[in-house]
Amino acid sequence: MREFGYRRAYDVSGAVALLDGDPDARFLGGGTNLVDLMKTGVERPALLVDVRELPLDGIESTEDGGMRIGATVTNSDLAAHPEIRRRYPALAQAVLAGASGQLRNMATVGGNLLQRTRCGYFADVTSDCNKRSPGSGCPAIAGEHHNHAVLGASDHCVATHPSDMGVALTAFDAVVSYETADGPGELPLADFYLPVGETPHLETALPPGALITGVTLPPAPVAAVSRYRKVRERASYAFAIGSVAAALDVRDGRVREVRLALGAVASRPWRARAAERVLTGAPADAENFAAAADAELAAARPLPHNGYKVTLMRNLVVAVLSELAEEAAR
Amino acid sequence: MTTATRGAVGTAHTRVEGRDKVTGAARYAAEIPFADLAHGWLVLSTVARGRVRAVDTDAVLGMPGVLTVLHHGNAPRVDSDFIGMLGVPPDPSAALFQHDRVAHLGWPVALVVAETSEQAREAAESLVVHYETEPHDVAFSAGRESEGYPLDGHLPAVAEKGDLADRLAASAVVVDAEYTTPEEYHNPMEPHAATARWEGGRLDVVDSNQGTSWVAGELANLFSLDPAAVRVRSEHVGGGFGSKGVRAHQVGAVMAATVLQRPVRVVMTRRQMFSLAGYRSPTAQRVRLGADADGRLRVLEHRSLNQTSTVHEFVEPSAAAGRSMYAADAHHTASRIVRLDVPTPTWMRAPGEAPGSFALESALDELAERCGVDPIELRVRNEPAVGPVSGLPFGSRNLIACFREGARRFGWAERDPRPGVRREGRWLLGTGTAAASFPAGVGPSTAAVTAEADGTFTVRINAADIGTGARTALTLVAADALEVPTDRVRVRIGDSDLGPAMIAGGSTGTRSWSWAVQAAAEELRRSLVPGADIPPEGITARSNTAEAIGALAQKERHAFGAQFAEVAVDPATGEVRVRRMLGIFAAGRIVNPLTARNQLVGGMVWGLSMALHEEAVRDRASGGVYGADLAGYHVAAHADVPHIEADWVDDPDPDDPVGIKGIGEIGIVGAAAAVANAVWHATGVRHRNLPIRPDRVLMAGGDA
Repeated sequence: MREFGYRRAYDVSGAVALLDGDPDARFLGGGTNLVDLMKTGVERPALLVDVRELPLDGIESTEDGGMRIGATVTNSDLAAHPEIRRRYPALAQAVLAGASGQLRNMATVGGNLLQRTRCGYFADVTSDCNKRSPGSGCPAIAGEHHNHAVLGASDHCVATHPSDMGVALTAFDAVVSYETADGPGELPLADFYLPVGETPHLETALPPGALITGVTLPPAPVAAVSRYRKVRERASYAFAIGSVAAALDVRDGRVREVRLALGAVASRPWRARAAERVLTGAPADAENFAAAADAELAAARPLPHNGYKVTLMRNLVVAVLSELAEEAAR
Repeated sequence: MTTATRGAVGTAHTRVEGRDKVTGAARYAAEIPFADLAHGWLVLSTVARGRVRAVDTDAVLGMPGVLTVLHHGNAPRVDSDFIGMLGVPPDPSAALFQHDRVAHLGWPVALVVAETSEQAREAAESLVVHYETEPHDVAFSAGRESEGYPLDGHLPAVAEKGDLADRLAASAVVVDAEYTTPEEYHNPMEPHAATARWEGGRLDVVDSNQGTSWVAGELANLFSLDPAAVRVRSEHVGGGFGSKGVRAHQVGAVMAATVLQRPVRVVMTRRQMFSLAGYRSPTAQRVRLGADADGRLRVLEHRSLNQTSTVHEFVEPSAAAGRSMYAADAHHTASRIVRLDVPTPTWMRAPGEAPGSFALESALDELAERCGVDPIELRVRNEPAVGPVSGLPFGSRNLIACFREGARRFGWAERDPRPGVRREGRWLLGTGTAAASFPAGVGPSTAAVTAEADGTFTVRINAADIGTGARTALTLVAADALEVPTDRVRVRIGDSDLGPAMIAGGSTGTRSWSWAVQAAAEELRRSLVPGADIPPEGITARSNTAEAIGALAQKERHAFGAQFAEVAVDPATGEVRVRRMLGIFAAGRIVNPLTARNQLVGGMVWGLSMALHEEAVRDRASGGVYGADLAGYHVAAHADVPHIEADWVDDPDPDDPVGIKGIGEIGIVGAAAAVANAVWHATGVRHRNLPIRPDRVLMAGGDA
């Protein structure tokens, strides 16, 4: 592999300065994705700036009743945090549904948001891939795409975003904070990932050289009754073939508020706003849950071998919302 | 458990090298230090068919640390025109750099050698190779049977008895079904790794393999060396499963060590193992069973097709699985191959039996359903008195005893045969069973046992412990034969200088080596005079089992087993979870219950994994495997593996000199069928294509 430099940063401004906007440099968090990609040659950075020692490992309540999660908080610490488990249970469940215990002990919140797709063509440097090598083509569309996107993809890329955590964060309107040489900034997670379009290699709206410093969860009382369900091809240690993060507030049999996000169906965690619109104010029953899923999935454009995902997501949305409605009724 | 115990054999014994392994003191092939070691990195083709036009070595030779680049234009010549110890020629991908042809994607085209592994890798990945590309064909399917042809492998391709058409016409019930299994990869935990050097005029190779006699012999042949001038060692091996014979890494290391006259190590990456280490071919199988209304078979027809490369023939003899299993008037089985632009498949844990039993034992479950006969009773009704095709007597056959004991422990009697009627929350529940068998083969081996002056004994046998516990098993066998406690016995294995011995493969290792160790130990015991002094050099007795094996009576010798599985299926998501498995086996004398259970459970986990997870997808456009790593190729994770029990029944064969049958492979046989049959019992849907993925379950309106 390519020889690379390694520097460790101890404060946020120092980290940003060390990286210095160099497109050939990368911030190193837990390394659970980046290091693998370096071994296979997908990533070939000249410099790694290790941000694990930055003082960004706190989880705290905000004044307005939300929570702020530091970028270097490990997945394990996030999932174990009592306030996260109480106020945003789907987030803790999503994190625990990902990877393995060892990986969660290493992986960080900031890195999780920036992890790359697990598309096998992207991971194989001998293969064409518009995301890795813009303009080279997308072999998945005519090739193996049984776990590729059915929503929001383009003729240039059908890869999915692999994060479980991101699906729950998307459901809860999380906001990403970052630091640049010009000062701090914020991006709602809804705007954080760029549409695929003709530029699948451009994945986020982060300015060049920006360091993610944390994620803020706005107050969301609805999130207290929430859950994350992940379907995968083995019981653990696998990326989703479909997942749902949902929160539901039911009063007098009607949906007062609902949050719904889908995973493993698009290039980003997919907020199901069409479904939310159908459900808000409607009776909380299986018929409406199915109608809501159908409304969201009407935009699905499956490929020859991933049409099952539409059925899967419909069933999953109905199952998870039904479970939440039962939980709310208890 | 009722295994008779005689001293050490039959008593649970932890691995003699267990402490070394768990403390990290045991060194594996790629960890053993050598002075002045150089590192080779294989460069594999990025096209699936064609020829190498040019290799741009100049730019790479100038990179830091690079020592040489070997390719077809400059590599030493090797001779691959020979038949090796196992009766087959070497895999052509191991005869490195002898021509410019590219036979499949991932064909080795160069070896870059540098001072460090990182330098070698960077240079190898920078090496530009120019190809002349030709159209390739990797599309395996059942529809290509007419292009295929039957091939004898370690079993005959075709066996026919009785009139198929006549007996089919006479059958009250006919099950006719097609089954497929995908490409499956061994993926031992330890990747292939070898270090080669010239030492005192001899070639010295430290490797990870399944038999150093085998590998040393192949290397001597390839490099036209006196067999006595080749030494191969392989002390600890992190799994093999059929993949660890002579491969590109050893040959590359030997070539580079010869050219550079210094030690050279070559290690495969996981990704490289998907094109250089062999695999189990996909199979397309058709089973036709004709039976009377009560389930008694009149016809057993099993046809199987597998793929092989354009440069080497390998047959996965799936159709042979039933030849020793069930009585039928007409018995027609044939295994065929079709040649494609793919790597050559090879033996993988229970070659033939693993995919073959999936098809045959699934079909029997379908027949049981059609006849309204309990699946175990169906097998009882078709139990043969002698080999159904061969007519030979069985050495020992305790299949029905396995089913009876298994049924008792699994609670089979309470089973409601109706499918799709048990629900627990979102899960549908079902149970299934299947039979297992695997040949009890044996290969000639030599052994030496020395009585040392200090009262201990040293056993020398070139066995291979690929994680099975062979070293420990042989310690127990030797202790009993010598009539001494196990702590007075040291066993040395994994070194071709110890003399020729059978490989760890085909479930023959423990049977073959124990025979030789027992013979030498008994000879030594007879020659020792009680009370007499032992000279400083010790007293040694030797054995060679070739003659005794040649004198074995012709019999059907197999291990048998009964597999049971309970599954839960969520029809809304297609998820299948195995809740429990039970395997009861009849496998002769069990030497070490602790490691035996470990191997049997390991085989059953493989069967579970085969049923639900394992599948390599070959990309038609590139010709290579999509997702060629352990993230893309799923094996069962811990969370997939529920409570698994393995046990055994008495299985004596008084006429057999050792009474040991192999247990390395039978654990996987029938396990996938038991899971698939349980999925049918849970859902009412037959899954005839492996693996039983969520999308297949989800989208299966009727039969899948």
